Amino acid sequence: MLLIHCPYCNETLPEVEFAYAGEAHIARPVNPSEVSDADWEAFLFLRDNVKGPHYERWRHLHGCGRFFNAVRDTVSDKFLTTYEAGAPRPDLASLTERLK
Amino acid sequence: MSQYRVSGRGRVDTSRPVSFTFDGKTFTGAQGDTVASALLANGVHLMGRSFKYHRPRGPVAAGSEEPNALIGTRRGAGRFEPNTRATVQEIWDGLQTNSQNKYPSLKFDVGAVNDAAYMLFSAGFYYKTFMWPRSFWDKVYEPFIRGAAGLGVSPTEEDPDHYASRNMHCDVLIVGAGPSGLAAARAAAVEGLKVVLVDESPEAGGTLLSEPQVKIDGKPAWDWLAAEVEALKALGVKIMTRTTAIAYYHQNMVGLCEKLTDHLATLPADTPRERLWRVRAGQVVLAQGALEKPLVFHGNDRPGVMLAGSAQTYLNRYGVLVGTRPVVVTSHDSAWYAAFDLADAGAKVQAIVDIREGVHEALLTEARARGIPVKLSHTATATSGRLRVSKIRVNPVRGGQVGSGTEIDCDAVLMSGGWTPSLHLFSHTKGSLAWNDDLTTFLPEKTPEDCVIAGASRGLWGVEAALRDGAEKGREVVAALGKSGASVAYAVADDRTGTGVSMKELPTDRSPGKAKAFVDYQNDVTAKDLRLAVREGMRSIEHVKRYTTNGMATDQGKMSNINGLNIASDALGKKQPQVGLTTFRPPYTPTTFGAFAGYHRGSHFEVTRKTRIDEWAAQHGAAFEPVGQWRRAWYFPKAGESMDDAVRRECAATRESLGIFDASTLGKIEVVGPDAVEFMNRMYTNPWTKLGVGRCRYGLLCGDDGFIRDDGVIGRMGQDRFHVTTTTGGAARVLNMMEDYLQTEWPDLNVWLTSTTEQWATVALNGPNAAKLLAPLVEGVELTEEAFPHMSCVECTVAGMPARLFRVSFTGEIGFEVNVPAPMGRQLWETLWDAGQQYGITPYGTETMHVLRAEKGYIIVGQDTDGTVTPFDAGMGWAVGKAKPDFVGKRGLARPDLVAKGRKQLVGLLSEDGSKLEEGAQIVFDPKQPIPMKMVGHVTSSYDVGTTGRPIALALVEGGHDRLGEIVHIPMPDRTIAAKITGTVFFDPENARLKI
Repeated sequence: MLLIHCPYCNETLPEVEFAYAGEAHIARPVNPSEVSDADWEAFLFLRDNVKGPHYERWRHLHGCGRFFNAVRDTVSDKFLTTYEAGAPRPDLASLTERLK
Repeated sequence: MSQYRVSGRGRVDTSRPVSFTFDGKTFTGAQGDTVASALLANGVHLMGRSFKYHRPRGPVAAGSEEPNALIGTRRGAGRFEPNTRATVQEIWDGLQTNSQNKYPSLKFDVGAVNDAAYMLFSAGFYYKTFMWPRSFWDKVYEPFIRGAAGLGVSPTEEDPDHYASRNMHCDVLIVGAGPSGLAAARAAAVEGLKVVLVDESPEAGGTLLSEPQVKIDGKPAWDWLAAEVEALKALGVKIMTRTTAIAYYHQNMVGLCEKLTDHLATLPADTPRERLWRVRAGQVVLAQGALEKPLVFHGNDRPGVMLAGSAQTYLNRYGVLVGTRPVVVTSHDSAWYAAFDLADAGAKVQAIVDIREGVHEALLTEARARGIPVKLSHTATATSGRLRVSKIRVNPVRGGQVGSGTEIDCDAVLMSGGWTPSLHLFSHTKGSLAWNDDLTTFLPEKTPEDCVIAGASRGLWGVEAALRDGAEKGREVVAALGKSGASVAYAVADDRTGTGVSMKELPTDRSPGKAKAFVDYQNDVTAKDLRLAVREGMRSIEHVKRYTTNGMATDQGKMSNINGLNIASDALGKKQPQVGLTTFRPPYTPTTFGAFAGYHRGSHFEVTRKTRIDEWAAQHGAAFEPVGQWRRAWYFPKAGESMDDAVRRECAATRESLGIFDASTLGKIEVVGPDAVEFMNRMYTNPWTKLGVGRCRYGLLCGDDGFIRDDGVIGRMGQDRFHVTTTTGGAARVLNMMEDYLQTEWPDLNVWLTSTTEQWATVALNGPNAAKLLAPLVEGVELTEEAFPHMSCVECTVAGMPARLFRVSFTGEIGFEVNVPAPMGRQLWETLWDAGQQYGITPYGTETMHVLRAEKGYIIVGQDTDGTVTPFDAGMGWAVGKAKPDFVGKRGLARPDLVAKGRKQLVGLLSEDGSKLEEGAQIVFDPKQPIPMKMVGHVTSSYDVGTTGRPIALALVEGGHDRLGEIVHIPMPDRTIAAKITGTVFFDPENARLKI
């Protein structure tokens, strides 16, 4: 079972308190009506499905209830970092550097 | 005492005899024996039959890796377990055991005919033999395979035991209490760290239990061990025996299964049978040791043929000679010591047969001193003996040529093909392995976990090396935890280390096609099978494994993996690392489902949510159905009534006078804040701005893909406050979706969302007399058409209780939903019940609710929709606020596929012959078209007990809205039913009955 750091509670807690919520940094277009069919399809359905560090969303469902973002390596299942929703993508190079 | 029990040897207590049964016959062992050691002490080697060929088998090992000696164990009613390894099951007075895979008896088994027909059962035989004719599959092949498959028999009674689970946190978890584990424990414990040391055996010691001749710090091994265990306990080390580390999960979580009662003659009260521990450790030391490899030669599976190290364990730990005239066959020094130990205990060792040309002079000297004949550069090519080995054929090997054989009489064959580090838990961590040519095995390399591996499990042989490495690795984890420890040295004497060579099959003079040289004993996989798999095109070891089933037995390849790999790589002409190793997966040894389930069984498997009115319903004879996690009243049968009778009566009573319904399970979300109305506009398809305070509206929720997600009536309780209801099953999902949009897409909106499902008890009153009943009880509002029209809501007092009163209808009758604080729910219900007697008030359940709503064409999300239905498909375009600039689903509804012609649309269906259609039945336009027919929709709801006088149905039909009046067809197994497409409203289409 994973241990996950909630950036709002600032606590590292068992996975059972959290719920996965899909890939991160996919913003809903501000004016959906102006978006082309292809772009709307991409927003709804197309995901990167990366092998390696993956930007993704989690919700501290049975805790503070907040959605937050994480970078998790989909091969090792290791969390590289977690950060608040709305914060910019952390730089991957510095994250992998820190792991070494 | 039998001739096989050696007095003065072993750790068993022969002064405390224990009697148990095996296949109905009573045997006596000693306190401390396993079933295997006790049977061997009685001269019994034959303990089971193999899986495929039903060959007679005896124990080949002495520990948890045993593939052959699988038994059933019984302790009175309900307590039966198949496939227990006789080598780990401790005996107790009264234990009943039986052999498996035999009929009619272990000694004479009909299924052994498979052995003679082995040509039919070679690798991949399932795929080849049972291919054709296809019509044979159902009637002949599958029953045959199912009858023959399976090890042992399943228990038939419910398990009366209970199983516990616990969490534990520690600084250092050490797996394996052999010399390296003990040394690591000391290194960590002296620094004050919280240390847990676990071992699957009943006592700590590991190898030391089988090697009493070793002296550590001047003391005999067992004296040192006893003192060390006490010293570690005094240092605060938690030593857990009979505890198997079954799996290594992420971030240093290790699962332990602790067996608490299987070794006890009397079950203590209130003690679980097993306890599953979830341990989160700062650092983990894996000190699991190594497993001995069998040699692969014709007849290496005959009872009496076993691993040399295991024979040594039976002798030194259990005081049992596995034979009085053994032959040793080996490619490794360690088996020589087994020969010496058995000789010293009185066995007449017939020969030591070693494949190698030369060995250490010291070994030869010791053999000579004991008068043991030595045959170097020799191979074993066959054994004989029906139920127990009686002869072994050995041949000289000169320059790769196998010479002619001679037979040696014997009653046991002790073999050793060298040792394989136990890397199972290390592999669970996704640790990488590196092939070592010298040891002909994989060794651990790197792991992503905070974990070190020590001793024989990384290829270090001998007690001294293990102690030294354990101490060193202990210091490493101490340092990793931020402390520094002094190095500890152990003085070891009379240690036995050795070297050897690792073989594929032993060289033989026999035709390879006829050799039964077993690699995986339990699954009867031979060297020949592995080579055949390669010849037939298998290249990856994963394919070879699955084609032959090598390594797929309950021992998970503990004995067979490396031998299988050596043979496959030889057949492929590739080096072992190029062929690769199959993946070790949890659990390390077979683990009961009980341990995994723990407390989560029976009514504790999942929570049952009950409303405040549930008890009243139970007292009034309700039948219940599960909805989500809720237990809901389904219908209220009176004496002698069938379900249909009851539902018909409940429907009629509600339409004619008054029905009362517990709607408390409806999801409820309070949406509050200055931006509440804007939030509602964006979430729901409907417009909310113009909904006045005190009014409510049916709300439809879509996903951004445009498909219906949920629905419910929503009341505006104030300018900044909405009382949102959801479907019973959708409450948590809807709240999660709302939170998602609010937190991540529209954080600028000032809105609070609160789940209030459990805060309100909700009672629905429906029927022509609903207002008459309720009016005298309500303070704060007149229940007239003018003052409180349909789709109104208000905060008021009902029967003296603070209430939110909604005038809504899910039945087509005058309807109210009264919400009161949950603890008052029962009181409200009973007040209404008493007051309603004058109107013949009738409680109804979910079934009647379903029928009455279907008559009005009200959908149930998830029944009449399936995640691909839009509001327009469902005929509810009126609920979509087209003028709104945006809402969740608006853009989705404009997707090309969602505006295309020919979508499945919700319609009513009336069967032409008046029969009831089956929910889920497929619909076709042309019943005469050839099969496979084009299916154009399905029946979503269907009832024949309602108040319309005929069965009705709802269905999704391609282009249905343009096909009103057309006939479609529903093919059933026995006939095809014609049905007319209609509108979805079957009752009171003018809504005249909603008026007070």
